Amino acid sequence: MLQIADRTFSSRLLLGTGKYPSFEIQKEAVRVSEAEILTFAVRRMNIFESSQPNFLEQLDLSAYTLLPNTAGAKTAEEAVRIAKLAKASGLCDMVKVEIIGCDRSLLPDPVETLRAAEMLLMEGFIVLPYTSDDVVLARRLCDMGVHAIMPGASPIGSGRGIMNPLNLSFIIDQSNVPVIIDAGIGSPKDAAFAMELGADAVLLNTAVSAAKDPVKMAKAMKLAIESGRLGYEAGRMPERNYAVASSPMEGLLPK
Amino acid sequence: MTLKIVEVNGVTREVPEDVQSVDHLLKHLGIAERILIVELNRTILEKNAYDQPIHNRDQIEIIHFVGGG
Repeated sequence: MLQIADRTFSSRLLLGTGKYPSFEIQKEAVRVSEAEILTFAVRRMNIFESSQPNFLEQLDLSAYTLLPNTAGAKTAEEAVRIAKLAKASGLCDMVKVEIIGCDRSLLPDPVETLRAAEMLLMEGFIVLPYTSDDVVLARRLCDMGVHAIMPGASPIGSGRGIMNPLNLSFIIDQSNVPVIIDAGIGSPKDAAFAMELGADAVLLNTAVSAAKDPVKMAKAMKLAIESGRLGYEAGRMPERNYAVASSPMEGLLPK
Repeated sequence: MTLKIVEVNGVTREVPEDVQSVDHLLKHLGIAERILIVELNRTILEKNAYDQPIHNRDQIEIIHFVGGG
């Protein structure tokens, strides 16, 4: 079970809700993923086209935990405003702190993220900061009392997979809260790798929404995450450079 | 009919004088049943505060959840 603050979840896949080809495909992808936590962004409503369908309004909200992000914020203050807006919906009290510090790489601003996390903790939020794979920053956030730490595998939407497994493993080793690998996951092998490193969960979006068949990929990710987790719990065999025969050397047939 | 002028999501618009509260405004815009959040003059309103009056020149932000990662 994945435990974040006082909540427990059976699924270790957190799914983003952006950029799916259609609501129908998205609904089916969400269903087969068996994700229980879904991320959303907070935006102005287009009141001139307010009759446009909205994915969240089509969900059985009793079945999902909403994780709004603060995407669009460049400062801690902007992130706190977005988090408070999301909370005023009465639908959620968790927030993914996402403060972008570089428009090209979409890497998070560590200073503003740290400030926002502190402010949001004071406000009583369940705080899940999206961070880089910086080990010391992750430790500072954990020491501050965040409820999970979400280091990126590689840049958002890049699908490049896990760039720095060593740093991620350091973050996993030192953390006393769940580590959720967020951003950059491209394929099921990346998700399985993250889980085999000992991550508690994976958050992904584009890897599913931009797949040729998002529904099938949602299932593949679910299985990869389960598989990676089982492998981690099972404890992998030691690696070595030279071969060790699996078949016995005794009882070989005479030449 | 007299009108009052309010700014909704950055766009100035006229609403009938009898649109007196945030609740009324949401109904007038046809979005009362939507999942949304309202900010009135930069103050976030809790759900039980939608009876707040709307005045001429008020700034209103209507926010909702959209797909995102």
